[in-house]
Amino acid sequence: MDALTSGDGCLAAGPGLCATGPAARAAGMAARDSYGRLLALLSASASDIAAAEDALADAFERALRTWHAHGVPASPDAWLLTVARNRLRDHWKSAQAQRAAPLGDQQDSLIHTDDLDVDAIPDRRLELMLVCAHPAIERGAHTPLMLNTVLGFTAEQVARAFSMPASTMATRLVRAKKRIKAARIPFRVPDRGDLPARMTAVLEAVYGAYVIDWATTGPQARQLPSDALHLAEVLARCVPGDPEAHGLAALVQLSASRAPARLDADGHFVPLPDQDPSLWDSHLIDRAHEHLRAAHARRQLGRFQLEAAIQAVHCARRRAGPTDWPTLLTLHRTLHAIAPSLGSGVALAAVTAEVEGPAAGLATLDALLQDAGQHARRFQPARATRAHLLDRLGRTNEAIPAYDSAIDLTHDTAERQYLQHRRDSASLRSQHRRVP
Amino acid sequence: MRYVLLMHYREPAEGEISEGAIAEAIEAFGAYGRALEEAGVLLSADVLQPAAATTTVTRREGVLQVQDGPFAETKEALAGAFVLDVPDLDAAIGWAEKCPGAEWGVIEVRPTATAFVEGRWTR
Repeated sequence: MDALTSGDGCLAAGPGLCATGPAARAAGMAARDSYGRLLALLSASASDIAAAEDALADAFERALRTWHAHGVPASPDAWLLTVARNRLRDHWKSAQAQRAAPLGDQQDSLIHTDDLDVDAIPDRRLELMLVCAHPAIERGAHTPLMLNTVLGFTAEQVARAFSMPASTMATRLVRAKKRIKAARIPFRVPDRGDLPARMTAVLEAVYGAYVIDWATTGPQARQLPSDALHLAEVLARCVPGDPEAHGLAALVQLSASRAPARLDADGHFVPLPDQDPSLWDSHLIDRAHEHLRAAHARRQLGRFQLEAAIQAVHCARRRAGPTDWPTLLTLHRTLHAIAPSLGSGVALAAVTAEVEGPAAGLATLDALLQDAGQHARRFQPARATRAHLLDRLGRTNEAIPAYDSAIDLTHDTAERQYLQHRRDSASLRSQHRRVP
Repeated sequence: MRYVLLMHYREPAEGEISEGAIAEAIEAFGAYGRALEEAGVLLSADVLQPAAATTTVTRREGVLQVQDGPFAETKEALAGAFVLDVPDLDAAIGWAEKCPGAEWGVIEVRPTATAFVEGRWTR
């Protein structure tokens, strides 16, 4: 029973699952795996996620009652699937009585629990993810739907990650599920021709689980429970032949690996070059490298693989000492060429400054900002990078207002304090210079 | 499952479209209709006359009102409807994509809630 989730985030059984630590985390992931797999299977036949959720919740409730009295069955997942399927069948029967709907392929024969091999239960989570990121579903709902259905996070938990009232998120999720059922969005992997575009939407939705891509302030990490990291892993497992799925998993894991070093003991922001590599999560870094190897074996470059490779070079400081800036420059150039964005351009300028000096970096940045036009003016990473570069060039009088504009655009408290600190020391230096 | 593909596009002024282009469109719609029939998914297909020919009828205010003109004046007008029976939304989107009207207008893909078939409303 330990490996089961009630779908309400904290797990139905075993209080240990709500604790922290690697063992609890592993158990939590296994539980989320079970939840997503069962829900995907139950939803698939009628494109009806809401009914499947109800049936699964009923099954969990019965499990709590009967397992307590009669012991945990040999295969808890199979037990739950059977009970939930029967529930769904009752639901359809009553629906049929009301309106003589054809049931079609929904009537699979009742599976006897003892005969059901849990390892033979097909994994249809990729189909579920494709439904969540279907073009007929509003974009803003893609990522919340995935977190809710594939990992079983509650609307409230998802709402918190999206800084949104829980009721608004709940409404959005309900609306999307109704739409999936009403329009009959199929739980099916599309044809080869349509697949690349649909996979891109899935990858972006998974990426959106970890990163908020503010149009004006650049990407920032999302506050999510640590087992949400598992979503990218699930996707990579569902499409082992897709190098970008591995690239994305590696990217997410490498970024997350540095989270423990991002704030110092006083809660102050520590920029990447000053972080203590011994604080990075080596387990996550190792796992990310496995994904990178799997991706590179396919010999097909993509945006997420490049971003992951960049993160891997940063993380290599853990073993190799100083950062390999020339390699980073090559990677950033390639990334900006195949997937140009304001973010990739600003990062390229910052790395150019490390290799060719701050003047070259500033020239790259200003050229980019000139081309990007008005909306780039409110892009926080661009403002922050420009302030740092001006500061390094000794152009303190220009750096101070540049820091100010970056500070205005920074959502993250720790980072804002860090910029404030840099601004103040620049200000001090300029005063010292004036007073001989 | 039944879906209606609703074609919407701006109605061209008289003489705006050349004879050749009209002939081409007729041919494209012919091929599209045949493809739908061959796939066994077509229930009905109608391309509408311009809104100038339309009449609206209502008893909403309690008395019969008959008016010339469409229900709502819009830039893009309802231009035709194809009723299909296909397994799911992806199949319906696939047919909408092939509709010649998608070249110059928008195709709305709407699942039907219920349909009158063989003497009763079903779904």
